Amino acid sequence: MKILVPVKRVIDYNVKPRVKADGSGVDLANVKMSMNPFDEIAVEEAIRIKEAGNAEEIVAVSVGPAKAQETLRTALAMGADRAILVESDEDLEPLAVAKILKAIVEEEQPGLVLLGKQSISDDSNQTGQMLAALLDRPQGTFANTITLEGDSITVKREIDGGLETVKLTLPAIVTTDLRLNEPRYASLPNIMKAKKKPLDTKSPADFGVDTAPRLKTLKVSEPPVRQAGEKVEDVDALVAKIKALGIA
Amino acid sequence: MSGMDAEVFDQFIEQLWRYVHERLIPAEKDVIAANAIPEDILDEMREMGLFGLTMPEEYGGAGMNTSQYVETIRVLSYALPAYRSITSINLGMVCTALKKSGTEAQKAEWLPRLAAGEIACFGLTEPGSGSDSAAMQTTAVKDGNGYRLNGSKRYITNAPFAKLGLIMARTSKEPLPKNAHVSAFLVDMEKAGVTVGKPDKKMGQEGSQIADIYLDDVHVDGDALLGGEEGQGFRTAMMSLDNGRLSVAAASAGYARRILDTAMRYAQDRKAFGEPINQFQLIQAMLADSEAEIYAAECMLKDATAKVDAGEPSLLPAASTKLFASEMCNRVANRCVQIHGGAGYLAEYEAERFYRDSRIYTIYEGTSQIMQLVIAKAMLRNFAAGGQA
Ligand SMILES: Cc1cc2nc3c(=O)[nH]c(=O)nc-3n(C[C@H](O)[C@H](O)[C@H](O)COP(=O)(O)OP(=O)(O)OC[C@H]3O[C@@H](n4cnc5c(N)ncnc54)[C@H](O)[C@@H]3O)c2cc1C
Ligand SMILES: Cc1cc2nc3c(=O)[nH]c(=O)nc-3n(C[C@H](O)[C@H](O)[C@H](O)COP(=O)(O)OP(=O)(O)OC[C@H]3O[C@@H](n4cnc5c(N)ncnc54)[C@H](O)[C@@H]3O)c2cc1C
Repeated sequence: MKILVPVKRVIDYNVKPRVKADGSGVDLANVKMSMNPFDEIAVEEAIRIKEAGNAEEIVAVSVGPAKAQETLRTALAMGADRAILVESDEDLEPLAVAKILKAIVEEEQPGLVLLGKQSISDDSNQTGQMLAALLDRPQGTFANTITLEGDSITVKREIDGGLETVKLTLPAIVTTDLRLNEPRYASLPNIMKAKKKPLDTKSPADFGVDTAPRLKTLKVSEPPVRQAGEKVEDVDALVAKIKALGIA
Repeated sequence: MSGMDAEVFDQFIEQLWRYVHERLIPAEKDVIAANAIPEDILDEMREMGLFGLTMPEEYGGAGMNTSQYVETIRVLSYALPAYRSITSINLGMVCTALKKSGTEAQKAEWLPRLAAGEIACFGLTEPGSGSDSAAMQTTAVKDGNGYRLNGSKRYITNAPFAKLGLIMARTSKEPLPKNAHVSAFLVDMEKAGVTVGKPDKKMGQEGSQIADIYLDDVHVDGDALLGGEEGQGFRTAMMSLDNGRLSVAAASAGYARRILDTAMRYAQDRKAFGEPINQFQLIQAMLADSEAEIYAAECMLKDATAKVDAGEPSLLPAASTKLFASEMCNRVANRCVQIHGGAGYLAEYEAERFYRDSRIYTIYEGTSQIMQLVIAKAMLRNFAAGGQA
């Protein structure tokens, strides 16, 4: 089986994002970027499946700017076998990405597509679901545990109040949640080897996909600053305060 | 030296930074409690390639140049010093000695094993000789086609864990010019006659161990003589120490950053007279001095290592960097304790161990006084030759 793992280059999770002065988006100038953490979990899971002898090849794909090559190199250093960069400087929406991925799936015919459940850049949580719909394939989102048996995959999904188990017939689409695994660090020997692994570059036009935006961003703003609390003397004062604020 | 591919290096540093912050720092408490790095973390460090940074690629290493190696040590040294100690003898001293002086067979035998994480130690210091290391008493006497070693070594880092000892010994009773009475031997630490003493109790640097090594009629074959040539040991040791000095300087600069970050956090959180203490200018002066000095050490490291890689004379810059960075780290650690007030004196806070851990940096791989002597000697020689100091 072949596994396809889409990875996105996003603002590093340790960085505190700042909104551009004109409110048009997040300021990415000179900001540290790295692989979306959920995608890292997807890469790790694919490697574990391969190490267990249930997959032969892992293909990492990224849709993004030329710099997304670095993200793909990280995936290769972790253990992916080859990479495809679909180069685009536009900030593509989930639907456009899903359409490009659909074209790649048709070309590569993977048994499993493992995606992050969302990217921490825009928190859309849509790409995996849209891809499954476009391909008309089964989907298991928010995976907490996955098990492969023959031509099916069992996914324990994280849902409100617990775990839901679904069984999908391969080929299928699975999106990863935070507790699926703890991704490995790329070792120096593997980073060196990754440099020699193949990385193909394509463009959205190669797949004949219309990537025109469907959405318009009106304004991006910082979350409101949390107001300092107030200390009250005793329970009576607290109750009075709550009543005055009309909360109770 | 060109070193490894720059992109690959940057990618590694990014992974290492995360590994340091997400794995090594959270495990510090365990390392301190056990006074050793747990086996699972050691295995991870081996897998990460941390024992093979400087070995050439054809011997299973990464082939870093000095700038890359020293920068890696600086990043690693944001965490507990024990993580550097366990790797640094392999990477610095012993690898340098093998690369510069080893025979082809010796390189082929040891470099891959060291790169894979078999631990080495470096035996120069003795009970009767430290700074004056050429006065060593350990002897190596010809015996058949090999040698018989007798004597003892003191304060040897990693001796309790080591598979390989690079041991300096006298092959001539009388001192010879250029210290040619000293030769270097690659000693399998499991050989009959080699015993390692109990780990010494130290002021700091928990997790890293030092001990005596006793050599009692240890027979080694002729091919254990480094480079196959007598009288080269002292030169080898001094070349290794040049490299080691930059490693200690990088350890000092990396740890000083950690210490200053910790002081910054405390000064933000701690309130006195109704304000965070970082609002007081006397506290700000300590923070600002620390920042300026750490930056200076970082710049010195970059410049000195660039000179080494360009093959330019590096004795003066390397010794100056070791002297400045190690003393600087102690000043920063001292200020960190001061900024913590009473808390800085308590083991419960990290400031206290930062202070103890830093103390060694002005002592080993040449004390500050020995650095001053080395620097002054080179200055005077250059001056006498009509050049600039
Ligand atoms: C934790 C630790 C790890 C170590 N690891 C190793 C190791 O792995 N391998 C190894 O071989 N050694 C190791 N050492 C030994 C270390 O290198 C020596 O302790 C150091 O070189 C100083 O030597 P010494 O202790 O004999 O001090 P001494 O040489 O006795 O020095 C005492 C004082 O005299 C000063 N002094 C000496 N000569 C002069 C002079 N000519 N002019 C002015 N001042 C002078 C020194 O600066 C110092 O202040 C380690 C030591 C420690 C504490
Ligand atoms: C071993 C030990 C024994 C002790 N024994 C006793 C005891 O028997 N009885 C007792 O009452 N106390 C005792 N203490 C407490 C000790 O007196 C205090 O720790 C000390 O006064 C410092 O106060 P602090 O720890 O709260 O530090 P802080 O007051 O929080 O000071 C933190 C830092 O801020 C600086 N700072 C504070 N205000 C200013 C300012 N306005 N401008 C510039 N810098 C400022 C300080 O100099 C320090 O560097 C003891 C402490 C220790 C560690």
